[in-house]
Amino acid sequence: MFFPLLVLGLIAVVILWVIGLYNGLVALRNQVANAWKQIDVQLKRRHDLIPNLVNTVKGMMKFEQDTLERVMQARAKAVSAVGVQAKGQAEGELTQTLGRLFAVMEAYPDFKSNQNAIQLQEELTSTENKISFARQFYNDLVMRFNTQQQTFPTNLFAASMGFKAAEFLEIADADRAVPVVDLSTGAPVAPAQPPAAAAS
Amino acid sequence: MSTVDRTHSFYEEQAANRRKTAFLIGAFLVLFAALGYGFDWFFGLSMRAHGGGLGFPLPVFCLIGFGLGALSTLSSYFNGDRQVLNATGAKPADPNAPEQKQLLNVVDEMRVASGLPPLPVYVVPDPDPNAFAVGRDPQHASIAVTQGLLDTLNREELQGVIGHELSHVRNLDIRTMTLVAALYGGIVLLSDMGARSMRWGGRLGGRGGRGGRGGGILFLVLWLFLLFLAPILGQLMALAVSRSREYDADASSAEMTRDPLGLASALRKIDAATEPTRSIGRGAAHLCIADPRGRELNGGESGWANLWGTHPPIQKRIALLESMAGVVSSEPAESTVRAAMAGGPIG
Repeated sequence: MFFPLLVLGLIAVVILWVIGLYNGLVALRNQVANAWKQIDVQLKRRHDLIPNLVNTVKGMMKFEQDTLERVMQARAKAVSAVGVQAKGQAEGELTQTLGRLFAVMEAYPDFKSNQNAIQLQEELTSTENKISFARQFYNDLVMRFNTQQQTFPTNLFAASMGFKAAEFLEIADADRAVPVVDLSTGAPVAPAQPPAAAAS
Repeated sequence: MSTVDRTHSFYEEQAANRRKTAFLIGAFLVLFAALGYGFDWFFGLSMRAHGGGLGFPLPVFCLIGFGLGALSTLSSYFNGDRQVLNATGAKPADPNAPEQKQLLNVVDEMRVASGLPPLPVYVVPDPDPNAFAVGRDPQHASIAVTQGLLDTLNREELQGVIGHELSHVRNLDIRTMTLVAALYGGIVLLSDMGARSMRWGGRLGGRGGRGGRGGGILFLVLWLFLLFLAPILGQLMALAVSRSREYDADASSAEMTRDPLGLASALRKIDAATEPTRSIGRGAAHLCIADPRGRELNGGESGWANLWGTHPPIQKRIALLESMAGVVSSEPAESTVRAAMAGGPIG
């Protein structure tokens, strides 16, 4: 009498536990997908801001037309890029050309007195930061999702339930080589990357 | 004690602080149970005395104490954010002022880094650099910084501070501190009841009737002693929880910005501003980036300041942040703190 009840109870507990695992994995998978979309939102914002900045600084930067030209070209390439790989590369190039433009702009005294340009630069700086933070958040979620799948006991079920490891967002090699240009403060950006945090 | 002799990641740091908070809350519950059950035992009010079939007594006084303690925190739990913001004279950040637009941008960046929903941002007209977060959960959270903070910090440092405040929101620290306040309120109540019943005199030993059992008197004395110490013990434990949440928010800020040195540099500047933050009352101290009472409580490294602060010593926080960035401070922080207390320059 008692024994069958115990077995039934145990089975119920195991079923509930597997349901919990499954729902947890689904929630994480959706969070990963959402984090991916958030990167796109920020990239779109950057595409929208760049023409404004270029038009504002065009007049005062007569000697740097090719820098501006390169930014616009890189933007056009990034907007039209199709596929994760191509997109990643084009956005990486855009980040570089923008960094160069910011560095050049600092040399122009006109720029410092142009409130509009300063504000646009702040917006773009912020968007650049958001792009990298959105990537970082995406990679952190991927790490959690994958760790969840690969650790015992979830690893017994994850694959058979159709879960696959999500992919980390790699940074383009060209990006890696370029030092971060930060003009908001003039202070050198600290190379603060704790070894365990090298995910992004 | 304060020398940080190795580097560690913010992951380790977070895990250690969460264990510490859980342990402290456990200790709180044990103290609470000891006081409450003591009342039940010595006043003979437990359900066992009335013959319920329960194998263990219903903790009547525990429930009363916690219930009243929780009641007293209800208002601040649901309206505390408005109360604090109104009391400090905080105004919504203005996106048309360049400086405040930058603040809004930095908050947005940290929000992206932490995956939190959008939240209102306020500026407090106070020249002392400080910042705080309020709200019981991410959906009801607000964040406020003083004008002094905007004037003092650069972009990276501001990021670190905002990351710290958003960590309090994300880690549900306000909920934790409300629970602690409820437990502490209950403990004070029980202790007060004990003191009153002592004044009635003699009732304890006589009515309880259990004192006759072997060791009963010893238990009674121990319990009275605990009752007497409980308020101060509870306060120290509440402060310890607050400090563990601060360390955790520092580590979580490093997780968001991946730049612990930005926050370390911000803390140095905040520490250098010795004035207290006058607009922020004591009640909101545990939500701030640094204790609003100013240097005397932020800087002290002595055991005394360590016990009584809502925040850990600022030098120790800086040393820990630097260790997360791979910087090992070779010199014991004690000497720098002594220099700071003597009014000398800090490293």
